Amino acid sequence: MSDFVVRAEGLRKRFGKTQALDGVDLAMRRGTVLGVLGPNGAGKTTAVRVLATLLRPDSGHAEVAGIDVLREPQRVRRRIGLTGQYASVDEDLTGTQNLVLIGQLLDLPGKEAKRRAAELLEWFDLAEAAGRMAKTYSGGMRRRLDLAASLVGHPEVIFLDEPTTGLDPAKREDMWGVVRNQVTQGASVLLTTQYLEEADALADEIVVINKGRVIAHDTPDGLKRLVGGLTLRVRPADPQRVPDALRVLDKVAAPGTSAAPDSSAGARPGAVSVPVTDDTALDEAVPALRHEGIEVVDLGLHLPSLDEVFHALTTQNEEAQKEELV
Amino acid sequence: MTTLTAPAPVLDKPRGGSIAALARHSVALARRSLIKTMRTPEALLDVTLQPVIFLLLFTYLFGGAISGGNRGEYLQFLLPGMLAQSLAMGGIALGQNLNADIEKGVFDRFRSLPVARSAPLVGAVAADVVRYLTVCVVMLAFGMLMGFRVETGFVPAVAAVALSIAFGLCFCWISVWVGMLVRTPGAVQGLMFLLVFPLSFGSNVFVATDTLPGWLQAFVHVNPITPLVSTIRGLLLGGPVASHLLVTLAWMAGLLVVFVPLALRGYARRA
Repeated sequence: MSDFVVRAEGLRKRFGKTQALDGVDLAMRRGTVLGVLGPNGAGKTTAVRVLATLLRPDSGHAEVAGIDVLREPQRVRRRIGLTGQYASVDEDLTGTQNLVLIGQLLDLPGKEAKRRAAELLEWFDLAEAAGRMAKTYSGGMRRRLDLAASLVGHPEVIFLDEPTTGLDPAKREDMWGVVRNQVTQGASVLLTTQYLEEADALADEIVVINKGRVIAHDTPDGLKRLVGGLTLRVRPADPQRVPDALRVLDKVAAPGTSAAPDSSAGARPGAVSVPVTDDTALDEAVPALRHEGIEVVDLGLHLPSLDEVFHALTTQNEEAQKEELV
Repeated sequence: MTTLTAPAPVLDKPRGGSIAALARHSVALARRSLIKTMRTPEALLDVTLQPVIFLLLFTYLFGGAISGGNRGEYLQFLLPGMLAQSLAMGGIALGQNLNADIEKGVFDRFRSLPVARSAPLVGAVAADVVRYLTVCVVMLAFGMLMGFRVETGFVPAVAAVALSIAFGLCFCWISVWVGMLVRTPGAVQGLMFLLVFPLSFGSNVFVATDTLPGWLQAFVHVNPITPLVSTIRGLLLGGPVASHLLVTLAWMAGLLVVFVPLALRGYARRA
């Protein structure tokens, strides 16, 4: 069996004047999480809809679980679960009814459909709300029900299209837990997101899409190396202590870098930043700052924002092209 | 977190072959539509209160003028026709509901499941049986309160109800098709009224055809509502049935042959 559970080559799709997909190649290893990262309108949702058999591409080839998506969509549908960008639960049905219906459509015998629904509701902490109509659910509960619905058939491949958009941070972390758990049970997950943080937390590999094209495919670490990685930002309470803070932070700097006044977008005056290799820098920096008696009002690790990732990737792209010309 | 049960082996074909699967999936989806209908009884107003108001309006307001004073006789003439009109109108809500479901993304989930493309539409249509049965029961019961009498017998009356429901199930595919084509539920309603009004008024529902000008008589004769009304009149009041029934059945088959494929194609294209 192929090592890749999702494989797409040269996917193109045009809607009117918009080239939503402009030759997308994707490959996801079995039992891993592939994060598809990109801004609104990059083509993430279109790519997921093609792979989940909802949309036929204008050209290109795609396989899911080793099966041709265009030739045998029904076989693919028995092996996938899809959670779309907007929770598509049936509002007039109860939680149980929503999940039992999916079970019936997946040809589970009646009893098994009910048992599976109860199991998933329990697992997603919706057992108490099982008999209530979904329209009475909160946003987070709907998301969970929606995700549960995509898991009814024990899918081999799970597609999650921006599963945490609109959720508060605590709910977001719950959702991450669910995704990780699915992977430990053998599923492979392809998820789209606008948040680098989310892709970093979950994905084994990240594909960055912009304007219908893949502009990078790497591990999270590889991507971070590409775009500058983690920074530690510190703002001393007393601006007079900035030079001291710089001296302390230099000790935790990633090799070949040094601390400097924070020049990133939106930085507060008097803040300093330093590139670091990983989060152990925090463990060293905090006692060191305390030892020097530097009081801080703000301290944290930051990943580059999606904007910064794009900036870095596109600049690199241009430089690479220039080199080719030379 | 607890461990979930191990997955069953993946089947590549539905249990019991594709026809059995279509039937099973359609029933499951029809049940879904029925639950929604029961939860929102106000959605049944168009097949309960509306026909009653029309019946009252045409019997007591226009009935005397149309029939030359004999309202009782006019009610006998009117009710079978109005049953046909209410059925044609009763199908409009289906197209609206399907249109709304698609906009909300509920159908995306169904499309990602291994069910026949037609199952969500077939299921929704099947669930509409309840609405058409409601129309028939409400019209006949309220009509009897107003003085309507079945002049034939129980069996022909049941046959009239069965035919009415069957016609409703065929006619509503037009509404389903329109629901796949246009952007909003409101547009479905607007377009369907443009179709149903001329069909139900330009027929033998309200007045005898021979009172009409020649060009309008020509339209009435080619209108599918006309043979249906004639058949229902025959079944409820007596008179010839067979020839009208054949034309009605031909229309029903024609509606299915044309609009089921159109609706399915519209559904497949609506990504």
